Amino acid sequence: MSKKLINKARGLSDKAIAWIFITPTVLLLLAINIYPLFYAISMSFTNFYANKIGKEIKWVGLKNYIKVLGKESVWERMQITANFMFWTLLIQALIGLGLALLLNKKFKGNELLTTLIVLPMMLSPAVVGTFWTYLYNPQVGVFSYIMNFFYNFGPIDMIGSSVLAPWSIVIVDTWMWTPFTMLICLAGLRSIPDYLYEAAEVDRASRWQQFIYITLPSVLPFLLLALLFRGIENFKMFDMVVELTSGGPGSATELASIQLKREAFEKWKTGYSSAYAVILFVTIFGFGNVYVKVMNKIKDR
Amino acid sequence: MEYYMKNKFIILISSLVFALFSSTSAKSESITLGWAAWDPANALVELSKGFTAETGIDVNFEFVPWPNFADRMLNELNNQGKTFDLLIGDSQWIGGGAVYGHYVKLNDFFDQEGISMDDFSDATVYAYSTWPKGTPNYYALPAMGDALAWAYRKDWFDRPELQSEFQAKHGYDLGVPKSWDELYDMCTFFQGREIDGQVRYGAAINTERGSEGITMGVTAAMYAWGMQYENPDKPYEMEGYFNAPHVVEAVEFYKKMYEDCTPPGHSDAYMGANLDAYKSETVAFQMNWYAFWPGVSKEDADGRVTGFFANPCQETCAATLGGQGLSVVSYSDKKDLALEYMKWFAKPDVQAKWWSLGGYSCHKDVLGASDFVDSAVYAQGFLDSMGIVKDFWQEPTFVELMLPMQEHIHDYVVNGKGTAKAALDNIIEEWVEVFEADGKL
Repeated sequence: MSKKLINKARGLSDKAIAWIFITPTVLLLLAINIYPLFYAISMSFTNFYANKIGKEIKWVGLKNYIKVLGKESVWERMQITANFMFWTLLIQALIGLGLALLLNKKFKGNELLTTLIVLPMMLSPAVVGTFWTYLYNPQVGVFSYIMNFFYNFGPIDMIGSSVLAPWSIVIVDTWMWTPFTMLICLAGLRSIPDYLYEAAEVDRASRWQQFIYITLPSVLPFLLLALLFRGIENFKMFDMVVELTSGGPGSATELASIQLKREAFEKWKTGYSSAYAVILFVTIFGFGNVYVKVMNKIKDR
Repeated sequence: MEYYMKNKFIILISSLVFALFSSTSAKSESITLGWAAWDPANALVELSKGFTAETGIDVNFEFVPWPNFADRMLNELNNQGKTFDLLIGDSQWIGGGAVYGHYVKLNDFFDQEGISMDDFSDATVYAYSTWPKGTPNYYALPAMGDALAWAYRKDWFDRPELQSEFQAKHGYDLGVPKSWDELYDMCTFFQGREIDGQVRYGAAINTERGSEGITMGVTAAMYAWGMQYENPDKPYEMEGYFNAPHVVEAVEFYKKMYEDCTPPGHSDAYMGANLDAYKSETVAFQMNWYAFWPGVSKEDADGRVTGFFANPCQETCAATLGGQGLSVVSYSDKKDLALEYMKWFAKPDVQAKWWSLGGYSCHKDVLGASDFVDSAVYAQGFLDSMGIVKDFWQEPTFVELMLPMQEHIHDYVVNGKGTAKAALDNIIEEWVEVFEADGKL
């Protein structure tokens, strides 16, 4: 029997064998990714409420989409999300690249330091959010203590102030995820062949010129890749912010994903929130595609 | 030898199968009860041992922390889950429980078992059991009476130097505040004051954003200012009622309390954070549910440190309702066992034990007992409060009504965005949308 099977398999083309191998994965993907996506898209055209059992589901056309896009609060949350993404990506790119450049030098304790720096990203975001609420506590938190060490600001209420709360989530995300950017940049830096620098030395290029013309172009594709991952992650950021600020004060740190969760699983407006989710998906998918194209162009250069 | 070994193996397997089956059959005589993870839940575990001893039915518990309680339980109900046979659900869930068929209607069962709702305090029956409100359609048995109240540092209040300083400043005695104005005076009196070498603050009040915290806090003021959600003669007409000038004043007052009386960083605080602020001797007052007073009181055996009082009056006397009813989940496969538990729980002697263990019974035999008022320092306050309680909307859409309230009140009180009037107007606007979608408007 098994011999027969082996003989049969031998007769199959490479393409057929490849299909046999990937079919289970494709089926699984269809079942857990593609089907729910199309189901959500179909629900987004209805007035479906998951908690109203027995209520007639009506086709409402584009009404949900018009409602989502016409809502001021949705645009506010998009703005909050964009703000969060811009500052986290910018700061993480700068610090991550800086740390990678420092750690790329050979010195004693290099490995240990690298391990210590990457520790935060190994923690669960919910845990990070929770313990930073204690670190930010204006009375006993270490954050307030450190800030007051340099200048007497008094108690600093990072989570309760509408001005500081958006920065509080940027700081925590930066603390947690800069090591990720750093690691990828470090991989990029270590892939630059030494002979490029040796040739530059021969040509009497200054350190700055070496950085601009060799290091930066070589590491840029890696940095952009890290930022792509971070961008996608932060666009759907939820757990850390919920634990840290619950989206408050008011709605100062309510990111689009938090608002979506509240619409979908607290208000149970399934049709409306499906439309919202589709809009978010198209947004990140569109941005992602454009970004990848730009990244590939840079890489080709 | 081989035959002997084979036999031994068969005996071993048989015993294992028998043991497995017998344990399964023992497990089938059990029910699961869901509630919030807080002090009274521990008392219920203790109390339910009596049920198991009496009937042989085990009671399993799943207690969910308050911030996730509604999410977890409502998700379970909406998915028609069978995890819970009994649920001690929040008072606001009764509308959804009844309308969406999550809870078993109990009228026939009550009639059959001779359980009379007249035996339970009227306010609690109205709040925890009936839907539509006030009609004799029962979906829960009043299980845990509760209301928002206050605890204060009696030992600080008793200090002669503080008393005379307060008297000189405000012209009346430092004691239990009779109004929100007096409460504010006392809170600000303690704000930033150094006592025994440590800086203290006024009050730990509800400011939580994520679930229901700030709503449960601000309504304590709004009710005291005489707020009504809607026109009593025209249901769901909220304009001019919910955003009336005296309600605006109440919300502004609550913001003033937040700004002038709370400790730094008290911007996302609810039950646990208020208890922590009080236990760490940071604040003179804490706002919290009666459910926590047995625990607070236990740590103060001689009653020297802490005093308790009902929500102060202002334009009128009122208190925010807490508490829950015990319901049978209609998707349960063990409804008969769950009803048996309910029958047992409704017994007057069990209700008396419930109170003695730290649960708040709603049974008139317990509340009306001659020694009830003296049985705990907060007992009189509890009785007073339960007579004046008011609750948030109990509509099936209550979560949709709660979310805008949380957002706009937090935005105004903590975030300092806009005005109180604008916050209330925004809430009404979103509530109208909810009621329209629900066909009520």
